[in-house]
Formats: sequence, C-alpha cells, structure tokens
Amino acid sequence: MLREFTCIICPNGCEIEADIEDGKLLSIEGATCPRGEAYVRQELTDPQRNIATSVLVKNGVLPLASVRLTSPVPKERIFDVMAEVRKVTVEAPVQAGTVVIKGILGYDSDVIVTKTVTRK
Amino acid sequence: MEKRDVIIVGGGPAGLAAAVELHNKGITDILILEREKHLGGILRQCIHDGFGLTRFRTTLSGPEYAQRFIDEVVEKKIPYRTDTTVLEVSPDKVVTVASREGLVQYQARAVILTMGCRERTRGALAIPGERPTGVFTAGVAQAYMNLYNRMPAKEVVILGSGDIGMIMARRLTLEGAHVQAVFEIQPIPSGLPRNIEQCLNDYNIPLYLSHTVTDVHGGSRLTGVTISRVDEHLRPIPGTEKEYACDTLILSVGLIPENELSLDAGVKLDNRTKGAIVDEHFQTNVEGIFVAGNVLHVHDLVDFVSMEAERLADSAAEYIKHGSLPECPVEIVTDGNIGHTIPQKISGSQDVTLSMRVRSLIKNCRIVVKQNGEEIASKKMKKALPAEMIQIPVKAEKINGTQKLEVSVEC
Repeated sequence: MLREFTCIICPNGCEIEADIEDGKLLSIEGATCPRGEAYVRQELTDPQRNIATSVLVKNGVLPLASVRLTSPVPKERIFDVMAEVRKVTVEAPVQAGTVVIKGILGYDSDVIVTKTVTRK
Repeated sequence: MEKRDVIIVGGGPAGLAAAVELHNKGITDILILEREKHLGGILRQCIHDGFGLTRFRTTLSGPEYAQRFIDEVVEKKIPYRTDTTVLEVSPDKVVTVASREGLVQYQARAVILTMGCRERTRGALAIPGERPTGVFTAGVAQAYMNLYNRMPAKEVVILGSGDIGMIMARRLTLEGAHVQAVFEIQPIPSGLPRNIEQCLNDYNIPLYLSHTVTDVHGGSRLTGVTISRVDEHLRPIPGTEKEYACDTLILSVGLIPENELSLDAGVKLDNRTKGAIVDEHFQTNVEGIFVAGNVLHVHDLVDFVSMEAERLADSAAEYIKHGSLPECPVEIVTDGNIGHTIPQKISGSQDVTLSMRVRSLIKNCRIVVKQNGEEIASKKMKKALPAEMIQIPVKAEKINGTQKLEVSVEC
C-alpha cells in the first residue's frame, strides 16, 4: 500500500511516498537525504516529536523561561509531558541549558531551559 | 555629536549577525541600537525548535539561536544599547535616537538597517464585521503566551496558513485551547509543509484552503466568525457561509518589511518585496546605507537571515576600509513566475547568490538565469512552493559585460 509522508526533520519538508506491507517498508521515494527514510521507519513503528513550552520563573526579569526536550519522545505522550512540565517552577537566575526535569516520564530525554532569565 | 563607523538599527538575528561579522573583519567601532529591553528580536518569543539546521547544523529553539550571537557580541565587547528607539536616519547618516538619557544623535559612516518585518493586521485585510477584542495576529498571541505568561484564547479559529499561525495552533492546543480550524484564502498553504504536518496534522486541526473570514461577530469579546468559500478570483461565494463560534481569531496573513526609517533616509523600495532595492553588497540607493534580513525581504528561515547579514557585513567592512564599493551596473529581471530577486543589481565581477521565491506552485521545472540568451546558472526544482525561499549561486566567470540577467522558470 502506498502511503505519503511529509518529513519534518528539516525545513525542506520532503514529500515521501512509501510502499508499505503489514507495517514493513518495501520501497521509498522522494527523500533527498537518508534522514527521510529513518523518519518514515520511525513513523511506522513509534512516531516521535520534540516539544517546546515554558516554565514559571520566580523573581525573574521575565515571568517565564522557555524549555524544550533534548530528544523527541513518543508523540502520544506529548500532553503527559506538558502536564509534568507545568508542575515546574524555577527560581531566578536560571541559565539556558539547565536541566529542569531529567529523563522525562522515564525516557532518555531531559527538559532543558532555552532562555537565560536573570534575577530582578 | 558622537561618531561611529557603523550604526546597526535593530538587535534581532540580522543585526546581531552583521555586528559579529563586522567585528571579525576588523571593524570594531560599532553600535547596535535595540528598541526592546533585550537583544534577540522576534526569536525571543519563538520558543519552538527547528532553528539553526543550516547555520549551525543542529536544531535549536529561537532563544538559543539568538543567544549564540548575543554571546559573541558580549564576548567581543561589541557596544549595544537596548531600550533605545531610533527615530530617524538621515540620508547623510545622522541617526537620532530616543533613550533613557534623552535624545541622542550619532554621525555614522555606514548605517545597517535590520528592523525586520511586521505582521499584516485585520485592518490591512479589511475584514468586515464588528470590532470586538479577541482578534490577534499570531505574533501578538505568541508574545502573550511565550513572553508575558498570558493565555489569550479558549475557542480558536485561525485565518491564514502562515508558519507562525500554524505554530500558534500547536502552542494554543498544548496549553489547553481548542483550535477548530485554519482557513486559507489561497488554494495552496502559505507556510512550510513540515509545519502543516507537525503543527496541524499531529493535533487533528483541519486546514481549509480557498476559505476566508467574511464576518466577525461579538460585542466586547469575539463570539464567532462567518467563513465562506472563495472562487478562483479569491471572491467569497454567496451561499457557502458557515458560522463558527469562537472567542479568538488568530491572523497569520503575511509579513511586511518595516521600512518607515528607510523611507526617511531616502531609500528606494521595491514594490514587489516592500523592501529596499539593493545591489550585491546589500547597499541601497543611498551610499553607505545597507539592509538585510526581513526588512529587505521576508525570509522563510532565520538561518538565511543571519547568512545574508554576514554577507552584508563583509561588504560594509570593505566600504568602511575603502570609502566606496564596486559599481553594480548589471540589472536582474524576472519573468512572471518569479516574484523578485535579491539583490536586484550586481557588479558581475564577483560570485553572487540570488534569493527568490516562485509566485505559485511549480513542479518539475528549472529556474534558469540567462544573459544575452545564454544560460549561466540554473536550479532543478522537483517542486517549488511560494513558502520557500530559493537560492541560486551565479559564478562571476559566467557573467559577460553589463547586460542584464534574466531569471525565468522553464518547465
């Protein structure tokens, strides 16, 4: 069965056509780099996404510090990740790169701060 | 009046990259002027990742991408002033600013304009209806959520399939709002395919092409919008109206280069890009005034903004060292399929990269650069979308004399 994918790994957004039988990838067309095939294989077995949000900052010059995951987690757990991140409050100053949750939901992915917020 | 070799107007990605590159080229008498409290520009509120894949070969969030340049500015001790608004740039490069210390004027030898762009608003589209609160541009909603910790919406309709609109569809959904749909008046999406996939499809948010908002309802707060299908001339089709109850309408309907200061300085604009007409040095018609980034033409990726500003800085450094730059007599013209090119004029004596966008979706075509009917550069495109910026390098050795270059699409 032919299935179409839009690769999200880079802004090229390759349109990939894959021939799939019983969850197995028979052939693939349209990917301009090897990451496209890896993306399709991942989508077939366990679609993964990264996500960005913010955590509350106490006594900072800004009320929020943006955060992201260091590596993607299964797509269907995104809202669970959001729920965990929402529980976090940090005290200013906070440095970009600081890990606020190590191994989110038991995955090999940390929640890290992406914006330095100084103390007010 | 204080004197500076180079004044940079705007401390966003273009201004920061230009400052760092100027410094690398030995020009250190620089001053960056930034209106906001912090350097970084719009990247500060773009907390999603996907930035930096071209420039840094890794995926970063907006704030991290900006910080890489801010760190270099700080490390090189490049002077900058925040909370400082430029009021005027004169053709002889006197820069007037308002700051906490009052009105200050600088005499610059070169001015780099990197003010970025602004969002098109409801007023610019002339959407009929009531005027309740609850109608925001995507960037304003993004600032509320990502900078000020304010949730602007519960039930959302989005007009326009620009990238920021789609990114806000995801962001609003993650924070508990319900995004009913994205409506796009054009028959093709205006944002990148990857954002349709990861911001809309992932969250089951439908995208309706050839649809627009034809009425806005509500008293003090928005209560709903009327959506209509449009015909091939983008005119609403009577009888196709459908009501959507919502408290928020997000607009992601295009970006316009912010050129009020450029016009005061006597800079000529290109009607097609709404940005300046520049030569390969990113110099405008006013000698010593340079522009790059989204104030010149709206980019798809910040990586290209930084790289453009770095090329600008190389030329501006030459200008400061030698007092002038080589003439650019070779004009570049386009056929109807290509909206414009940047730059619009080149010297013909050095390699150059032309940036452009197609005006509509094309498939299995070549974009060809010709001089005197002879092909001097080309790029094969399996598919080209107006959402993507296309870059074609042209080698100086291929260019003969000062005859104009013609860029066209061949299918």
